[in-house]
Amino acid sequence: MDVGLYNYWAVIVLMMTGLYVVISRSNLIKKLIGLNVFQVSVIMFYISIGKVKGGTAPILEEGFEVYSNPVPHVLMLTAIVVGVATLALALALVVRLHGAYGTIEEDEIAEIDTRETNALESNAREIGAPMS
Amino acid sequence: MVLLAFLVAITWAIIQLRDLFAAVMLTGIFSLISACLFMVMDAVDVAFTEAAVGAGISTILMLRTLALTEGRSDPRYNRLELGPLAVVVAIGAVLIYGTFDMPRFGDPNAPIHTHMVPRFLEQSSEIGIPNIVTSILGSYRGYDTFGETTVVFTAAIGVFLLLSDLRRGRRVDDALRDDIILRIGAKAPIPFIMVFALYVQFHGDYGPGGGFQAGVIFAAAIVLYTLVFGLAKAEKIFRRRRLELLVAGGVLLYGAVGVVSMLFGGNFLDYNVLAHDPVHGQHYGILLIELGVGITVAAVMVSLFFLFARRQQV
Repeated sequence: MDVGLYNYWAVIVLMMTGLYVVISRSNLIKKLIGLNVFQVSVIMFYISIGKVKGGTAPILEEGFEVYSNPVPHVLMLTAIVVGVATLALALALVVRLHGAYGTIEEDEIAEIDTRETNALESNAREIGAPMS
Repeated sequence: MVLLAFLVAITWAIIQLRDLFAAVMLTGIFSLISACLFMVMDAVDVAFTEAAVGAGISTILMLRTLALTEGRSDPRYNRLELGPLAVVVAIGAVLIYGTFDMPRFGDPNAPIHTHMVPRFLEQSSEIGIPNIVTSILGSYRGYDTFGETTVVFTAAIGVFLLLSDLRRGRRVDDALRDDIILRIGAKAPIPFIMVFALYVQFHGDYGPGGGFQAGVIFAAAIVLYTLVFGLAKAEKIFRRRRLELLVAGGVLLYGAVGVVSMLFGGNFLDYNVLAHDPVHGQHYGILLIELGVGITVAAVMVSLFFLFARRQQV
């Protein structure tokens, strides 16, 4: 079956959807889901490149001549496991942020931060201490 | 092709959903479908990993985070943003323009297939195992795999630092004690999952599989046990201290194989010197480092899950 470049285009659409979620959504968990979609689409891209027409899985066996490219498989296999480890780290940060701010919306966190900085500044002005 | 269209539809649904629980479940389905796609494209090892990691562990971690934080995203922030939309459309257009110079899908003469890979395919008798993915992972690119195992280890340390709460709060008994059907039903597959994980671990040289997949599958069995019987019981079997030792032990085993091969007069991670016959040496080397990878990955995944589960809502 000849699909030409269709695979690459679908991967790009997926990747851009993931990127859109990351930059447009304020909810931190939504952002992480977007990042996950982005990651899977990059993996899909590598695997698409590695496919050889008429090939089979790269496990040597009598009677098969053509194998798909094993190198992208190795790279992506480890990338997935590293990906879940870093995802766990990001989720841990979200849990701690929620503990500190009581919200997981990025815009609200930024708001709370500005409010606190302003309060600190006006306090400093009242007691006449120089702001660093 | 149909599967790829499915994936696009699921992502668009994820954008629109305000209920984060549904969004996370859709992410799990997304992973499962992409695992099928990897299978179609001959990447059996990758499909294996994606199915175990994406649909299993990461979904569970995300759900636990939802339980610790909040389940809905604020509707005020869920509108169509024109700025980001313009940015992604522009980048997407540039990338699609770039694909016109790429070799067609499945083209056997693409540059990626003509360098380096023929050597891996034709001369892998010097390694002596049929699964080329394992021989590249364990032997040709052993340094990279060592690095990646270390990254997993480091990420686990980061989560330890962020989530381990020194104040011991009251324990919530979260076991599903009343649900007898679920308990019996879940108990039955657990030993089989574990045996399967061991099979994947040690048969990885000949079939699809290896340390990364086996570690994740083994961890999935323990996660299932914890979900049904509660954290307190699971922690009695898998003590925190032992898990920490295992997390480090796997990486150390990997490194030790490298050091031992240096002591025998070879290079770091040069398994040829481990036995009298180079091919046997390669066998031992790959078996040992895969075991190291498996131990670290399993211990890291279980500790991550325990850390998230132990944390109480504040």
